[in-house]
Amino acid sequence: MSYRFAIAALAATTAIAFAGPASATDLEVTHWWTSGGEAAAVAEFAKAFDATGNKWVDGASAGSGGTARPIMISRITGGDPMGATQFNHGRQAEELVEAGLMRDLTDIATKGKWTEVVRPKSLLDSCTIDGKIYCVPVNIHSWQWLWLSNEAFAKAGVPVPNTWDELVAAAPALEKAGIVPLAVGGQPWQASGAFDVLMAAVGGTDTFLKVYKDKDAEFAKGPEVAKVFKAADDARKMAKGTNVQDWNQATNMVITGKAGGQIMGDWAQGEFQVAGKEAGKDYSCLPGLGLNPVIATGGDAFYFPLLKDEAKSKAQEVLAETMLAPATQVAFNLKKGSLPVRGDVDLQTANDCMKKGLDILAKGSVMPWTDQLLSQDTQKQKEDLFSEFFANEGMTVEDAQKRFADIIASAD
Amino acid sequence: MREKLVRSAGEGRIRADKTAPPKASPMTDDQTRPPGRLLRNLNAKIASLPMILTATVVFLGGTIWTVVYSFTNSKLLPRLKFVGLEQYERLWAAPRWLVSIENLAIYGVLSLVFSLVIGFLLAALLDQKIRFENTFRTIFLYPFALSFIVTGLVWQWLLNPDHGIQSVVRGLGWESFDFDPLYNSKIVIYGILIAALWQGTGLVMCLMLAGLRGIDEDIWKAARVDGIPIWRTYVFIVIPMLRPVLVTTLVIIASSIVKVYDLVVAQTSGGPGIASEVPAKYVYDYMFHAQNLGQGFAASTMMLLSVAIVMVPWAYLEFGRRRRA
Repeated sequence: MSYRFAIAALAATTAIAFAGPASATDLEVTHWWTSGGEAAAVAEFAKAFDATGNKWVDGASAGSGGTARPIMISRITGGDPMGATQFNHGRQAEELVEAGLMRDLTDIATKGKWTEVVRPKSLLDSCTIDGKIYCVPVNIHSWQWLWLSNEAFAKAGVPVPNTWDELVAAAPALEKAGIVPLAVGGQPWQASGAFDVLMAAVGGTDTFLKVYKDKDAEFAKGPEVAKVFKAADDARKMAKGTNVQDWNQATNMVITGKAGGQIMGDWAQGEFQVAGKEAGKDYSCLPGLGLNPVIATGGDAFYFPLLKDEAKSKAQEVLAETMLAPATQVAFNLKKGSLPVRGDVDLQTANDCMKKGLDILAKGSVMPWTDQLLSQDTQKQKEDLFSEFFANEGMTVEDAQKRFADIIASAD
Repeated sequence: MREKLVRSAGEGRIRADKTAPPKASPMTDDQTRPPGRLLRNLNAKIASLPMILTATVVFLGGTIWTVVYSFTNSKLLPRLKFVGLEQYERLWAAPRWLVSIENLAIYGVLSLVFSLVIGFLLAALLDQKIRFENTFRTIFLYPFALSFIVTGLVWQWLLNPDHGIQSVVRGLGWESFDFDPLYNSKIVIYGILIAALWQGTGLVMCLMLAGLRGIDEDIWKAARVDGIPIWRTYVFIVIPMLRPVLVTTLVIIASSIVKVYDLVVAQTSGGPGIASEVPAKYVYDYMFHAQNLGQGFAASTMMLLSVAIVMVPWAYLEFGRRRRA
């Protein structure tokens, strides 16, 4: 009798244990999407994940990736991992993967045929280490955009530029009208990113790859890169008087017509949308600064730390699948202003700027970005250099180029 | 009763005290003392055990660990692959580190001098038996209740040229008035200094005031009888008597100078450019943002070294001399 009872009890507990994953599992997801447009986009992920019967626990860190990543990394290395976390795919999480702290997603990827649906292929390559897939790319973000305020140019009485050079030429007229020609916020990554964009646009794709991929220090000292520094010098002169820190405050200057333009990734588009502005009418966008329309395949990806909890591990799989599902991809990317990672989704409602991006992507004009090519250490040194260069007019172009070449020489 | 207390406080002092009554001779002392040095004051020793453990394991152990790993090429995760002095060579070649050191020196010297001078002046003024002293004391001490982050944000707004002091003064009619320390690389460190002084002088004032209140009224009377002017009484009699308070204040200010980080982050995040960077921020940024632990450890070891260079001679003079006396 008691033997039977024990069997029954055992069966009952097993049943409960198996029933677990089907019921709601809380999964904490950390990310640094906190500006208006970003928050709206991430809410789409949460909605889709909650619809699968699980619960998205939002772990947003304000202050952009530079502030958020150290917190995420110390949580993972300190033994308090979250369910899933955002990184820019590429080399940011490299060592965490090598240390065996991240979950191998190869099985889920094979099941979902990721290698076939994800486009361009380089996205998945950035998630792959030693033949295994460790992250889910969720969007394509390219840095190489120039956002322009049509209102500001109308006020200054000059036509809206079609290239970077035209913006430089229009700068005096803008300044006369009391408008800052180019908004560059004070956060170090903004100056560094703007320089990389100039490198890709003014210097061209080959120059960019020679410096950042081959890490050719001699070339970085040479005349090709000197041209880029000349453009950066123009940029810092135009950026004088920006007086804001965060990138979205700088974007807001363009939205309100206080600044002529901003070099910023396509995430800025989300801000224009939240402000109710219309592409082509209120603002214009120039991919590749109008000089070199190529899109970098940087972006965001989600990594899943290795967890012991079975129910949570199961929920991780569900989340990974949900993020790549066509419907979620469309809803998320429309809000975010980024491009979907699947080639087989329909973006009918995409606006002018996104369509420009999709066209370039369809043509296959893509290139890797610094997140994929350089280590965080090198990136930080670059940030130090360019934040100083943009803020300190006493620093000569030659001096800056020499220091830049030194960084490239020791880059890894 | 009092006798017993004095004795347990340490026999050395009793022996040195020539006026001690004969009852406290070494003979009787030995009889009343529990056997063995280790067991003396056992309760106190047990009570301080957790702190001793913390100090050795966390502070000393952590310090040694950090110094050892500063000679490795640890990136995101610590690993024991020694590279000699490479991290230090890179550190001292980095323009940002040099700027940080320079800033810390300017900020350190000025904040030490100004907070002591202003703090003492405020305390001396409050000590004149003025009316509403409590109110004033509260007002002056209140900023100290705010964290550096809040202080930094408040002063970031006040010093912002577009909606801070500059725009208010310009609004009053002085169109050419320029006051934007946080956006001028050359003077940005002074903008941070202003905020730090606003926050910290209240505490210095309170400490000084407590010291001044501890000075015997008779000394003032004696000085007045001798016809010594008030300022001379302060400079030559009162300030030397405040020495213990001054030392405490100095240690508190100095430690807050070396670890200044949050104020800079809130006010300028190191900008414009790298003009207001400080060593503690370099350590944090390279350890976590740049994922280069080795570089961060090397920088923090240099910070420790600089503190040690100041503290060791001072401690030697302060405590070494007393032992010899």
